[in-house]
Amino acid sequence: MPTLKLEIITPSAKLFSDDVEMVTLTGIDGEMGIYPAHMPLMTQLVAGEITARKDSQNIHMAVGDGFVQITGGRVAILTDMAIKAEDIDEAAAEQARQRAEARLAEKLGDEETATVQASLLHALTQLKIKQRRRL
Amino acid sequence: MPSTRDIRRRIKSVKNTAQITKAMQMVAAAKMRRAQQAALVGRPYAQLLNEIMAEAAANMSGFDHPLMQSRPVVKRAVILVGTDRGLCGGLNSNLFREAAKLDKNTTVFVTAGRKASQFVARTKRQLNAEFSYQDIPLFSEARAISKLAQELFLTGAVDAVDILYPRFINTLTQQPEKVPFLPLGKLAAVTAGINAPKQELAESNTPEVFEFEPDEETVLGALLPHSLNFKMHQILLETKASEQSARMVAMKNATDNAKQIIKDLTLEYNKLRQANITKELLEITTAQMAVG
Repeated sequence: MPTLKLEIITPSAKLFSDDVEMVTLTGIDGEMGIYPAHMPLMTQLVAGEITARKDSQNIHMAVGDGFVQITGGRVAILTDMAIKAEDIDEAAAEQARQRAEARLAEKLGDEETATVQASLLHALTQLKIKQRRRL
Repeated sequence: MPSTRDIRRRIKSVKNTAQITKAMQMVAAAKMRRAQQAALVGRPYAQLLNEIMAEAAANMSGFDHPLMQSRPVVKRAVILVGTDRGLCGGLNSNLFREAAKLDKNTTVFVTAGRKASQFVARTKRQLNAEFSYQDIPLFSEARAISKLAQELFLTGAVDAVDILYPRFINTLTQQPEKVPFLPLGKLAAVTAGINAPKQELAESNTPEVFEFEPDEETVLGALLPHSLNFKMHQILLETKASEQSARMVAMKNATDNAKQIIKDLTLEYNKLRQANITKELLEITTAQMAVG
């Protein structure tokens, strides 16, 4: 069975680097599934879920905004946050969400607002995926 | 001739200094490891970003992004990245010597770190903005600097932006280096010059035609500023690594010097003490002989 090499890299770590059979991710134009021998494509990644299928097992991950580059046998994902679904600490994410929301209520500069919004987005994405996995 | 008490006092004060420099050395060593680590973990990301940029460049069909526009340079901005605190050897002075070579009239400074803004103020150069950053520089701090630089460039206030920072070579060596920031001349070189290892472009050079989704302009419009922000962040991380290494080495030298001084002073003190004892003995025996 042909495989794809999926690489997910954040500035602080290389989360994932393995051969998989299929990848599902959320691009800027909507969700897309990528199989081996996909046409070369470059697009923006929207915060959400990435699912990789390996040996008929689905691996779920939460990611932040970023970029995706697809070449024939490889999917490279650059993002500012990435975490495996089973590693998500729901309590920590919930706390982060509350903290971020409280911070947003205060008056902040543009830069700070952007930072806080990013962390809020990260927390929300993690929570959403955790909840979806449970259903 | 100093008295034994004077020498004792000096030894004590040098000992105190040595204790402080030793403590600073330890702190710097611990922080250095963390800073170096932080600078290193970004490498795979930088490498991939490089690759993506290179491939995007190879696939661009006559598309010109405003950030890539090169104009004749009348005014240029220099982002001077220094440290917040001193006591790090010649790191800042070497950096500022380079900065002093730049033309006062056509260069505007944007500074990061307190020492850098002090330098610009002291030498009465043009300062556009000053920023600060933490021990482990945050991405948002880098983004603020990079954003300002991009604005300056896009509004036409300056025609080129360079970064001057102490490049981390190894623990013992740091070198001031000036790297171009804007305009993005050749896309492929965007993140090179960061401590990224030589990128292997061989495999990605295969002529593949990329699709952009939704289109080139949107993707590059997001990718280019992001890569600049990331580059700025890497430079801050590297400056921090340089600073902590330089401080550690400087403090180690200071501790060693203090130890040497203590040794010399102790020797002198003992000599003096013995001379005093001998003198006193001599006085006692002479007195006894005179009485007896």
